[in-house]
Amino acid sequence: MENQSARAKSDLSLLAPVLAEYAPQKGSLITILQHAQDIYGYLPADVLFHIAEQTGTTPAKVMGVATFYTQFRFQPVGKYLIQLCDGTACHVNGSAQIAEAIRQHLHIENGGTTADGLFSLNIVACLGCCSLSPVMTVNDDSYGALTPEKAVAILDGLRAKEAAV
Amino acid sequence: MSIRIAVGQGSCGIAAGAAKVFAALEQQLAGSAVSLGTVGCIGMCWLEPIVDLYEDNRLAARLVRICPDDAARIAEAARTGDLSGIAGLTISAEDSRFLEQQTRIALRNCGIIDPNSLESARAAGGYAALEAVLTGKGMTPEEVIACIKVSGLAGRGGAGFPTWFKWNAARQSPGDEKYLICNADEGDPGAFMDRAVIESDPHTLIEGMLIGAYAIGAKEAVVYVRAEYPLAIRRLSHAIDEAKAAGLIGQHILGTDFSCEFRIKAGAGAFVCGEETALIESLEGQRGMPRLKPPFPAAAGYWQKPSNINNVETFANVAWIIQHGGEAFAAMGTEGSKGTKVFALTGKIQRSGLVEIPMGMTLREVIFGIGGGVRDGRQFKAVQLGGPSGGCVPAELLDTVIDYKELSATGAIMGSGGMVVMDDTTCMVSMAKFFLDFTAKESCGKCVHCRIGTKRMQEILDRIVSGDGKPEDLDLLEELCLAVRDGALCGLGQTAPNPVLTALRYFRPEFEAHTAVEKRCPAHACAALLQYEIDAEKCRGCTACARKCPVGAIAGNVRQPHTIDKNQCIRCGACFAACRFDAVSRL
Ligand SMILES: Cc1cc2nc3c(=O)[nH]c(=O)nc-3n(C[C@H](O)[C@H](O)[C@H](O)COP(=O)(O)O)c2cc1C
Ligand code: FES
Repeated sequence: MENQSARAKSDLSLLAPVLAEYAPQKGSLITILQHAQDIYGYLPADVLFHIAEQTGTTPAKVMGVATFYTQFRFQPVGKYLIQLCDGTACHVNGSAQIAEAIRQHLHIENGGTTADGLFSLNIVACLGCCSLSPVMTVNDDSYGALTPEKAVAILDGLRAKEAAV
Repeated sequence: MSIRIAVGQGSCGIAAGAAKVFAALEQQLAGSAVSLGTVGCIGMCWLEPIVDLYEDNRLAARLVRICPDDAARIAEAARTGDLSGIAGLTISAEDSRFLEQQTRIALRNCGIIDPNSLESARAAGGYAALEAVLTGKGMTPEEVIACIKVSGLAGRGGAGFPTWFKWNAARQSPGDEKYLICNADEGDPGAFMDRAVIESDPHTLIEGMLIGAYAIGAKEAVVYVRAEYPLAIRRLSHAIDEAKAAGLIGQHILGTDFSCEFRIKAGAGAFVCGEETALIESLEGQRGMPRLKPPFPAAAGYWQKPSNINNVETFANVAWIIQHGGEAFAAMGTEGSKGTKVFALTGKIQRSGLVEIPMGMTLREVIFGIGGGVRDGRQFKAVQLGGPSGGCVPAELLDTVIDYKELSATGAIMGSGGMVVMDDTTCMVSMAKFFLDFTAKESCGKCVHCRIGTKRMQEILDRIVSGDGKPEDLDLLEELCLAVRDGALCGLGQTAPNPVLTALRYFRPEFEAHTAVEKRCPAHACAALLQYEIDAEKCRGCTACARKCPVGAIAGNVRQPHTIDKNQCIRCGACFAACRFDAVSRL
């Protein structure tokens, strides 16, 4: 059985308005999961169980859908989520070198988060800015025409900004 | 004379700094009579950020690669009407030709109108086709379908199926509850046509969808947009709200009996959800696994009701066709492929951006004529069309015309419009592996051929690029390709072998070099196959390489020629990059 204490951490009341709106609409599971991830930053286990209960399905079904889509995360992410593109255009223009530079600079692998919780790295396929390739986004900001040096400088800039506050 | 400034703010413009330029201009123009606005993407992405100056609605100057520091000069010119101070920022005649060589139908308003303003869309003729269909003399649904049939419009999402046929099938399907769905999943990496249309001209999409909904008899329309396109989702939902408020969406559209509601559904990141039946599963809140066809969506689609799915670009052509007549559209193109097609030109290309051209142009005209050819003075090697479902076309086939049949004959496909140019530094084996890595990861796992076949192919390619390939691997690879192509359930698996098959077909010697006894990568791209040597004649003994070598594999005294211990060397290339005397060679 699921560890009860691990299941009882999240503030489930935050999700109530979302469930009130979407639970009665059929086919809304993905939308509910997207809202839940916006609220909690990821999909904690207790939230997934709660969604299953409230939408009248099984936890297995909810988990099955959530794990199918790359957007959903089951671990918290860092304050800055780096999405580095390795789509075709970015790949041809050297995204592998950028990935290597970021990995070495932050000491994390794809999917990992730095020990200080500041940065997470996700390598994705195509951000739709292919003409500026190689491209990465950090939270809501996009950066194009990257070089390994430029990528590292952007991350250092963010780190310096954090240290200043 | 009134001057208006428009800043191109599509995602790519913003990534290049357009929002900062906009803010700087706003500050400089505070209190002046000059109006400042936003437009979408004109498609000249390599020149972003782009700022246009309009004089009484006539384009007076197009300024390129603008940074916030230029704002003061631009504002001054706009206030005084004296444009001499900004002459240096103006686009070159050479670069202007990029647009002049195009024929814009789907992109007709992109980069020209304000995507956040219904008024701006209507001033450019938006919803006139819908009015012509619904009001006055009007058109029956059958007449709309007949007009689309005359136009020869085929689906722009990849398969190129005649649009009228699908509309007709959905119309003929029995039942009152029907759905019209727009596929804006745009999963092909390297393609961004649909994003640009939605971000730059959402009303053209909405209008095309409304006409489609009327034709098939749908009362509900859904746009499935991929999650990676937040700006497109914001602009589209704003456009839907505005259209609703103006009586263009909802009940009794334009005061007629036609009613249609609109909804946006954000995808959650799965390439296979671009396949229409997987998309429907995803719309229903399920894992996005394709269904077996038939039944086709026209018979039993969304919630098992008759549904019609079209791509964004397909819909973006509809209003133009209604307004100008099917014949005008069919007058462009080739025997079997009518109208225009939008391509996203990227990779190692001089001018990277969006182009819309009449079918029938050659690949060479697009890549060299419009795109300016390969960047950095390098050699053209191949162009990849159609992404993970497509293939690469080599230099000797550059005169192939853009036509569904002609492109398929090369082994590639028209695809949705991704056109990624590769130069002589690109290794075709590693590109084949790149696409297989993608499809193996994105395979939904429902059918064995795709789930296991792509995995085995990936392993073989992995082996080859790591220097462990055997000559007989190539035949095995080809055999697997054919088995997966014939055995897979949906288009993802059926087309996944295409990138490998075309690479094998046109670049077999490159594969053979990788698997031969010497194991070479002619493009010098596969790190594991490279060998580094120091030319004793050229080496000055500066020690730069030895200091950079992470494993201490380079020996030699100061001012004496150095040597690399091949057994210790990890082939990272640090010495090659460090040498200033061209003494390190890469084999
Ligand atoms: C694996 C796979 C991915 C696809 N991805 C897309 C896509 O991203 N966008 C799209 O419009 N069509 C995509 N398609 C094609 C759709 O299944 C469908 O044919 C298309 O949306 C129909 O619209 P059209 O007739 O206007 O082209 C994909 C097909 C397959 C097999
Ligand atoms: S390939 Fe990187 S943004 Fe499209």
